[in-house]
Amino acid sequence: MAASATALRAAPPAIRNVGVDIRGVSHAFDLDGSRLPVLESIDLSVAAGDFVALLGPSGCGKSTLLRLVSGLEQPSAGSILAEGSPIDRPDPSRILVFQDPTLFPWATVWSNVATGLDARGVLRQERGRIDSALDLVGLRDFTNAYPHQLSGGMAQRAALARALVNDPALLLLDEPLGKLDSLTRLTLQGELVALWRKAEFTAILVTHDVEEAVLLASRVIVLTERPGRIKAEFAVERPYPRHRDDPELVALRRQILATLGLAT
Amino acid sequence: MSNAIEALEGRAASTPTSLRGPHQAIWTHGAVAAAAWAAAALVTLGLPDVVPWGSVDLFAGIMAGGAAVLLVLAFGAPHLSRFGQGLIHYGPWLIAIGVWFALWELTTAKFGWLPKPFFSPPNGLLNVYVTEAPRLLICIGYTLRLWSLGFFCGVTVGYALGVALGWSKRFSYWGMPILKLIGPVPATAWIPVTFYFFPTTFAASVFIVALASGIPVMILTSSGVSSVNRSYYDVGRNLGASEWYLVSKIAVPASLPHVFVGLFMGLYYSFAVLVVAEMLGAKFGLGWYIQFQTAYSGYANVYATLVIMSLICAGLVKLLFVARDYLLDWQKGFI
Repeated sequence: MAASATALRAAPPAIRNVGVDIRGVSHAFDLDGSRLPVLESIDLSVAAGDFVALLGPSGCGKSTLLRLVSGLEQPSAGSILAEGSPIDRPDPSRILVFQDPTLFPWATVWSNVATGLDARGVLRQERGRIDSALDLVGLRDFTNAYPHQLSGGMAQRAALARALVNDPALLLLDEPLGKLDSLTRLTLQGELVALWRKAEFTAILVTHDVEEAVLLASRVIVLTERPGRIKAEFAVERPYPRHRDDPELVALRRQILATLGLAT
Repeated sequence: MSNAIEALEGRAASTPTSLRGPHQAIWTHGAVAAAAWAAAALVTLGLPDVVPWGSVDLFAGIMAGGAAVLLVLAFGAPHLSRFGQGLIHYGPWLIAIGVWFALWELTTAKFGWLPKPFFSPPNGLLNVYVTEAPRLLICIGYTLRLWSLGFFCGVTVGYALGVALGWSKRFSYWGMPILKLIGPVPATAWIPVTFYFFPTTFAASVFIVALASGIPVMILTSSGVSSVNRSYYDVGRNLGASEWYLVSKIAVPASLPHVFVGLFMGLYYSFAVLVVAEMLGAKFGLGWYIQFQTAYSGYANVYATLVIMSLICAGLVKLLFVARDYLLDWQKGFI
């Protein structure tokens, strides 16, 4: 496992650990002529190598913020900078992982993971990275399987491998564990932290699960209802690996739930 | 887990044995089918014809030969592993075929309830194949040439235009209304125009077949491409894919199930217009032959040719199924 992580990083040195600056970002959707504001003046700086979790009620614009950071969409106002330069288009150095694995059903696990290398025309030179990525997520035995043959957890692991094979500096996780059963979710939470610590990317995680947020992230940002604004921020200053029964984390969790309006 | 699989396999293996039980000594359906085929042969030979049709002995011989083979298989089939099992599955059909031929022979040639020239006994069709074989073979060749040229041209152009319609907003802005207007017009309605535009009548016929097969492929391909899950494109763009990559590596494979529906429709439509397309100054071809024989009330020849056409069409459909199962192997989990 450790060896394969090194192999993954042996690729040409990209800009590592992108820090993200979100400056005065507002965003609105056009719905049949009327404008629906979803995000309002968001200011947020994410330091390189940090793990930030975004929490908030459904529809508060968390996922939209991730899409804006990925560059798949442009904000209506404000700017987003990665390492100082504005994000104006999607780029394989910032990869969005969705709640659904969105693997291509017509392609094997191997081909799915190869997509990024193939799309950039470097598959021939860097095909070794695919096996390393599959090793990293523990899917080496499912190289030739089709997505419909995978369980939910395995499919999400494959989606992670498809992202990690590109050696992203910034990983944008949009409720990646949201649809998994609770046991698989607990396992993958641990694996996600391990991957983050090993591959050293910056991570922004959108989640509904407060326990997940305090377990994984070093900063937890709470957004208001739509249009989303930053309501509160919590620093989680506990060393990794963390334990979910850690009394400090439990206390913090209660505090965050209260901020979200859920007294326990 | 492995125990469960073993248990499943054990049950699967034991089921056929228990099913085979009653057939173990003799395949009853096979014996009945042999009797039915023998009856058809006896009826054909034993009763006098109202009007002579020819090939009586040959037809009776084939039925009697079939009966003999079935009789042997009635004892042998239970002991043949795969072929035997497949045959046993079709037992009821084999009986029905024997009974059908016997009744067909009785109602047409023997009692004349279904009179000449509108109806023909099975030996009448057989006689067509025997006497007209060289001409029919040439016709088959001509028809296959016309069909394959028309179908492949139509499918290629229809597919390319379908991808463009489904992908490009501007192309769809101009193309979709035209397709919606042209789509429902029967391909054969274009015949007067094709006479003007095409140098030869053969080219005009190819165009008619191409149009009939191309339009359903175009419609289904465009709807397939435009209904691809948007998140697949997001994933592609996020991973650094160019527009061409999104089309060729995501839109095209994702729309393939739709495309195959279009191909099946195009195949049937192209066969439906073949007869008309071969009206256009053709000298050979199954469609031409059907029209020629219709004009001379040679309905037995017409029926015999229709049988050939449906066999060719069924064969091509089968081929298309094989291609689909191979290319859409990944779909197994969905359908």
